[in-house]
Amino acid sequence: MSDFDFAVIANNLPFLMEGLQLSLWLTFLAMMGGIVLGTLLALMRLSGILPLSLFAATYVNLIRSVPLILVIFWFYFLVPLALGRPIGNFYSALIAFTLFEAAYFSEIIRAGIQSVRKGQAQAGQASGLNYWQIQRYIVLPQAFRNMIPILVTQGIILFQDTSLVFVVSLRDFMTVSSIVARTEGRLVEMYIFAAIVYFVICFAGSLFVRRLQKAKTA
Amino acid sequence: MDYNWNWGVLFTDPYLDWLVMGVQWTFAVALTAWVLALIVGILVGVGRTLPSRPIAFICTAYVELFRNVPLLVQMFLWYFVMPELVPDDMGRWIKRDMPNPEYVTAVIALGLYTASRVAEQVRAGISAVGQGLTNASYANGFSVAQTYRYILLPISFRLIVPPMTSEFLTIFKNSSLALTIGLLELTAQSQQIAEYTFNGFEAYTAATVIYVCIALLATIIMQVAERYTRIPGYMGSR
Amino acid sequence: MKHLTKFLAITTTVAAFGSAAVAQDITQGRLAAIAERGSIVLGHRESSVPFAYLDENQTPVGYSIDLCMAVVDAVEETLGKELEVQFVPVTPQTRIALMANGTIDLECGSTTNNLTRQEQVEYLPITFITGTKILTRADSGINGIDDLAGKRIGLAQGTTNERAILREMEARGLDIDILPVRDHAEGMLALETDRVDAYSTDHILLHGLVAKSRTPEAFAVVGDFLSYDPYALMVPRNESDFELVGKRALADLFRSGEINEIYERWFGPLGVEQSDMLRTAFQLNALPQ
Repeated sequence: MSDFDFAVIANNLPFLMEGLQLSLWLTFLAMMGGIVLGTLLALMRLSGILPLSLFAATYVNLIRSVPLILVIFWFYFLVPLALGRPIGNFYSALIAFTLFEAAYFSEIIRAGIQSVRKGQAQAGQASGLNYWQIQRYIVLPQAFRNMIPILVTQGIILFQDTSLVFVVSLRDFMTVSSIVARTEGRLVEMYIFAAIVYFVICFAGSLFVRRLQKAKTA
Repeated sequence: MDYNWNWGVLFTDPYLDWLVMGVQWTFAVALTAWVLALIVGILVGVGRTLPSRPIAFICTAYVELFRNVPLLVQMFLWYFVMPELVPDDMGRWIKRDMPNPEYVTAVIALGLYTASRVAEQVRAGISAVGQGLTNASYANGFSVAQTYRYILLPISFRLIVPPMTSEFLTIFKNSSLALTIGLLELTAQSQQIAEYTFNGFEAYTAATVIYVCIALLATIIMQVAERYTRIPGYMGSR
Repeated sequence: MKHLTKFLAITTTVAAFGSAAVAQDITQGRLAAIAERGSIVLGHRESSVPFAYLDENQTPVGYSIDLCMAVVDAVEETLGKELEVQFVPVTPQTRIALMANGTIDLECGSTTNNLTRQEQVEYLPITFITGTKILTRADSGINGIDDLAGKRIGLAQGTTNERAILREMEARGLDIDILPVRDHAEGMLALETDRVDAYSTDHILLHGLVAKSRTPEAFAVVGDFLSYDPYALMVPRNESDFELVGKRALADLFRSGEINEIYERWFGPLGVEQSDMLRTAFQLNALPQ
C-alpha cells in the first residue's frame, strides 16, 4: 500500500462531490432549523413562565448530555416506528441534527439575548410594546448581530458533525469517501483526501469568523 | 404504533452484562483520553502564549489542524491510515501485537482531538490573567519560566475550571465515536441489544439514561472543583 | 361499514378485471401506502457479492436486486401504475430494524430466513442456500475453526454467522479474539490490512469477496459449513397482500425458468453452479397460478 494512487480521487470525483453536496445541504438545513428552534427554546427559557422555561431547560440539558450518534440512532430507527410511516433516511438525519443542534444554538442565543442591555427592553416596554414585540423588534435583531461569529462557528462544528451520518450509511461526504476507500482499496489516499477537504472548508470558515469578529470590534 | 414493550429485557442475561461492559469501555476511553488531552492541551495552550515565535506557530498549527478536521475522520486516520504509513514491522505491531488496538487508537484520536480544545481554554485562561501581571512579573526580574510557574499558570488554571467542565462532559459523549472502529462502548452495546432483541426503545433509553447520569455526575464533581478553585474578586466568581 | 366498503372494493376490482392477478387488496396496508407514495423503497446491501453490491458507478446491482426488480414489476402491475424505485443502503445491524419500522418495503441482500427474525419480519421464498465458512490468507496455515484458537477473527455484527461462530467457540471451548465490523467490506478490509487472521460469513459471500479483491489468489475459504443459511428477500410482517405479490412474482420466475438466466448472470462469473438443494427449492416454490 506504499505506492500512492491519487488518480482514484479524480476517477470518483462526481460521486464524491454528490456526497459533499449532501453534507453541505444537510448542514445548511439543520443550521436554519436549529437556529429557529434554538431561538424558540431560548425565548421560552427566558420567558419567566415556569412550565415553558422548565421545559426548555430540561430539553437543552438532556440533549447536551447525550452523544450525537445515539440521537441519530434514536431518530433513524424509532421515528418511523412512532410516526407509523417511513420518512426517508435524509429526513430522519435532518430531524435528528435539527433537534440536536437546537439545544446548542439555544445556549448561544440565550447568551446573545442576555448580552443586549436591559435598558433596551425597558425602553420598549415604556413605549408600550408587549413581550413578543420587544423580542421581535428590539432584542433579537441586536442579539443576532452580536452572535453571528459564534453562530457561524457552531455551523462549522455542525458541518463536522454531519460526518456522523456515516453510522447509518447516509451518503454524505464521509460515507462516500469510505465507500470509495473500500471498493478501490485506497484507504490511505481517500481518508487523507477527506481530511484535507474538511480542513480546507472548516479552516476557511474559521478565517471568515475571525474577519467578522475584527469587523465587529473595529 | 405496533410495538412490543419489554423493559425486562434490559435486565436479562446477557444484555445487562453488555450494558455494564459498555459503560466500562466508555469510562475507560473517556478518562484515559482526558488525561492525554490535559497533558497535551496544557503544553500546546501554554506554547501558543510563549514569546518564542516558532513554538507559538507550531502550537497554533496543532490547534487549527485538530480542530478543523472532524473527529470521525481523525479516528479513521489513526486507525486505517497511520499503520500503513509507518515502517511495515511497526504497522504490523500496531495492528496485531499491540494490546487492545481499537481502545488505544480511540484514546489517541479522542485525546489529541480534545487536546486542541483544551489548549484553546488554557490560552484563553492565560490571556485572561492580563498583560499587567505578566509585565509586573518581568519587571520584578522573573524569567519566562518563573512567570508561568508562579503567576500565569496558578491563576489561569483556576480561571478555566468552568469551561473545562463542558470539555470533560464532551469527551464522554465523543467517546461514542469509538464504535466506528469496532470498540463496543455504551452506544454500540445499546445498538447491539436493540438489534438482538428488537427492543430498540428500551435499549436506547437505557443508554440515554446512563449518559444523563454520567453528565450529572461530572457536573457535580466539577461544581465542587469550581467551588474550591474559584478566585475571589476575579471575573466569573461571585 | 369499513369492511363492507373494503369488500365492495375487492369485488368490484375483481369483477372489473376478471383476473386473479389483481385479487390483492390494494386499498389498505403496504400496497396502498406504496400506491399513495408512488414509490417503493428497496433496502440493499453494499458489499454482498453477488447478491447486492455497488458497481463502479456506486449503484446497487446483483442477483437479489434483479429478483427485487421482478417483484417491483409485479407490484406496479398490481397497482396499475409506475413506481419510482428508491434505494436505501442497509447493513446487517440496520436491515431488520428498518424493515420493522417501515422505512423499507423490500430488502434485497443476503439475508438468512430464520424463525427468530420472523418474529419481526416476513420472507419471500428461498432464493439461495449457503452456510457459514471461514476466509483466511492462503498462507496462514488455518484450515478450520479449531486453528483459530488464540487468533483474531472479524465478524459482522448482526449476522447469523456471528452467532454461528460464537456458538462453535463455546461448544468447542475455543478462545478466539473478535473484531466486530459493520459489514462484509469492512471485514474483508480488516483481513486485507492484516488486522485479523480470518473473516467469517456465508460461504458464497466469501467467494464473492475474494473474486472482487485485487489479489484473489492470496485468500482461501476453509473449513466445514458451520451453519445452514437459506437466503430470502425480506418483506414486512403482517402484510399478506404485499407478500402475495412478491411470492407470485418469484413463482413466475421459478416456473418459467427465468430464474436460471438471472442465476447464471450473477453466479456464472464466480463459477458457482446451482446446487441440487437450491434447484429443488426453486421447483418446490414454482407454485401454479
